[in-house]
Amino acid sequence: MEYFTQQLINGLTLGAIYGMIAIGYTMVYGIIGMINFAHGEIFMIGAFISIIAFLLLGTLGVTWVPLALLIVLLVAMVLTPIYGWALERVAYRPLRGSPRLAALITAIGMSIFLQNYVQLLQGARVKPLQPVISGGFEFMRTENFSVVLSYLQILIIVLTVILMAVFTLLINRTSMGRAQRACEQDLGMASLVGVNVDRTISFTFVVGATLASFAGLVFLLNYGVIDFYIGFLAGIKAFTAAVLGGIGSLPGAMLGGILIGLIEAFWSAYFTVEYKDVAAYSILVLVLIFRPTGLLGKPDIEKV
Amino acid sequence: MAGETSADHTPIDAQELFKEAGATALVVFALCFSLVGFKTEDVPGGLDIITRFDDVLVATALAFIGRAALVLLRQGYPLPVLATALPVTILLIVLHFSDAVFSTDTAAVLKRFLPFGAPVIDWLVTILAAVFAIRAAIARQRAGSTMTTEEREKAMDRIGARVQRAARILGPLILGFAIILPFLPMADRRILDIAILVVTYIMLGWGLNIVVGLAGLLDLGYVAFYAVGAYSYALLAQHYDLGFWVCLPFAGLMAATAGIILGFPVLRLRGDYLAIVTLGFGEMIRIILLNWYEFTKGPDGLSGIPRPTFFGLPFTRSPPEGVETFHSFFNLAYSPTDRIIFLYYVILVMALATNLFTLRIRKLPVGRAWEALREDEIACRSLGINPRNTKLTAFSIGAMFGGFGGSFFATRQGFISPESFTFIESAVILAIVVLGGMGSQIGVVFAAILLIGLPEIFRELHQYRMLAFGAAMVLIMVWRPQGLLAHREPTLHLPERPPDAPRVAGAAK
Repeated sequence: MEYFTQQLINGLTLGAIYGMIAIGYTMVYGIIGMINFAHGEIFMIGAFISIIAFLLLGTLGVTWVPLALLIVLLVAMVLTPIYGWALERVAYRPLRGSPRLAALITAIGMSIFLQNYVQLLQGARVKPLQPVISGGFEFMRTENFSVVLSYLQILIIVLTVILMAVFTLLINRTSMGRAQRACEQDLGMASLVGVNVDRTISFTFVVGATLASFAGLVFLLNYGVIDFYIGFLAGIKAFTAAVLGGIGSLPGAMLGGILIGLIEAFWSAYFTVEYKDVAAYSILVLVLIFRPTGLLGKPDIEKV
Repeated sequence: MAGETSADHTPIDAQELFKEAGATALVVFALCFSLVGFKTEDVPGGLDIITRFDDVLVATALAFIGRAALVLLRQGYPLPVLATALPVTILLIVLHFSDAVFSTDTAAVLKRFLPFGAPVIDWLVTILAAVFAIRAAIARQRAGSTMTTEEREKAMDRIGARVQRAARILGPLILGFAIILPFLPMADRRILDIAILVVTYIMLGWGLNIVVGLAGLLDLGYVAFYAVGAYSYALLAQHYDLGFWVCLPFAGLMAATAGIILGFPVLRLRGDYLAIVTLGFGEMIRIILLNWYEFTKGPDGLSGIPRPTFFGLPFTRSPPEGVETFHSFFNLAYSPTDRIIFLYYVILVMALATNLFTLRIRKLPVGRAWEALREDEIACRSLGINPRNTKLTAFSIGAMFGGFGGSFFATRQGFISPESFTFIESAVILAIVVLGGMGSQIGVVFAAILLIGLPEIFRELHQYRMLAFGAAMVLIMVWRPQGLLAHREPTLHLPERPPDAPRVAGAAK
């Protein structure tokens, strides 16, 4: 039971990361119907900008942890979306309306480009960061095992909930969010009634990248090491989460992310760590075969 | 460096110019500021930060100038662009070669004026400046703007059509060149190795073209079948002591079986989903190869894979007692290049067989069904084509060629490990197919030479290789989404009616 609770906590933390990235996939897929393969790299860039900001603050002498965290969060969430915006502007906008395959190839190309861009600029070595927040609550103590809920995990979960609330408000209550939902339903119709489609799509990429940069910061805090390759695997799993939750559905993306996180944590705990990625892929395959619309997705009707 | 592109007395829309160029410069600055401006450095006991703001500023300035030049070209003022870009190009080239012209000290001082100090990127800037100069010159010649997008599309389509028509002549020419290549004076060991690599990718591209180009199934996990082929051969050879030629059909069969097993559940998925699931399968196979240590030796890989023989004659210098070798059989002096040349011909024949197979099967009912299915699945269903079985044939035949390619890879390297079968390989092969123009056999050849051959020749740019690769994928797709040589001729024509033929009864009343 103790072990189970511990894995539940770990899985939820992991799931928050996947869910945050998955929202970016699902929003982009919902609005322009393409898999933004480079979204995982945006997450990776977010993690790199975060580590640079932490190191800079360290040299500047900002050591009060809450302030440092706040500054890093703001820096990452402001600077990373520029990459998301530029990605759409440079690589995807010229291809709007061309075959889907072309857009996917461009996305893969962009993913390779960004990975190597970061590798060239920041070096291929693994980048470690000293733990920023340590300690935690211990409970359910038995003689040889106790469940640890670290302060970091609490912070991650609280921040995720706050961010999700802000994000939900943004989509449901603001005019930009309304335009976003309109474009998701029908791009052509939305433009006919005066929605600026280009700007709305850019907005989608910016929002997705903001959430991904938060996931990058959380990843950095949680694992303490990053390299230029983390975006690939996290991206695939987040995509799996988006499909599992039902692509196009925002709550579905978060739900899918948490499920994938839990499955991965429990699989590693009770079966084998080596095959945890296989577990994630198998779920993707199974979901697509038996329930292609995902858990919360709307069925996709094909008209002739 | 570059001069001002200021708006003098002519009525250039200066406001637009500064607005656009300023916005571009701002974006580039914001992009570069974080990742270019600061670098994390490994120091004992953690990380340190070094700054590179000079590079950020140079990049921003270059972005401003470049965008300004674009705006000027668009507004129809090529002259100031030409007047700036040409001297800048010449100046940069002189700076690059300052070693040869001036003394070492002066050259060192002069080189400091190069924008970045990293040779490759400086050359890139030079090339960009030259491109601007050329574009401005063309625009000036044509007394106006450059080509519109549609004009360019049409022109590229014409080129594609022309190349396809020329392929009838060009194909045999390229083939002839490929056959005599090992005997040309320039063909040293390095060139041959590159040629083998390029032909391997051409073969894989042709194999994947069956799946992606003909059947329209987007497969991002092609490397899985490549891996299955390679491991099948390596394991058969190690456990049952079989040679390359015996194992080759088995490897292909294994890969085709893997294709059927993987394809059966997933082939009813559409486009993008299929892509991601196949990607997942590719990664799964790699992870299994990595972790199933007792069977595949995991990350250590399999070594000592036997080399192919020429009708039973091995290519070794000192064979074991009683075994005749290639050079002793033909009374030749032993040369290590013989083996390389032999490998080259093996893969060439395999690639040609793939090509021939594809060309022939396109004419068979199943090939026609693939192409029809690619165009419209619902129409095919209503005409009684079983989509799943038809797709499965394409998927497994493509997988089979992947398996052949894989066993060739294993025998060439003599060592395989899961490292060689990453997602990047799949992406490279897919990029070859798509960049060449899907379904175009000659396009695959050009794309493979472009994407595999060129980076191998410019090995010095090693660290920029994948960067350029990704950038090329994006640029080519943005420039021409259908692929470089995409031009689709209808495979069937209605026969032309002779002018004096009787018209259809009833119409000619």
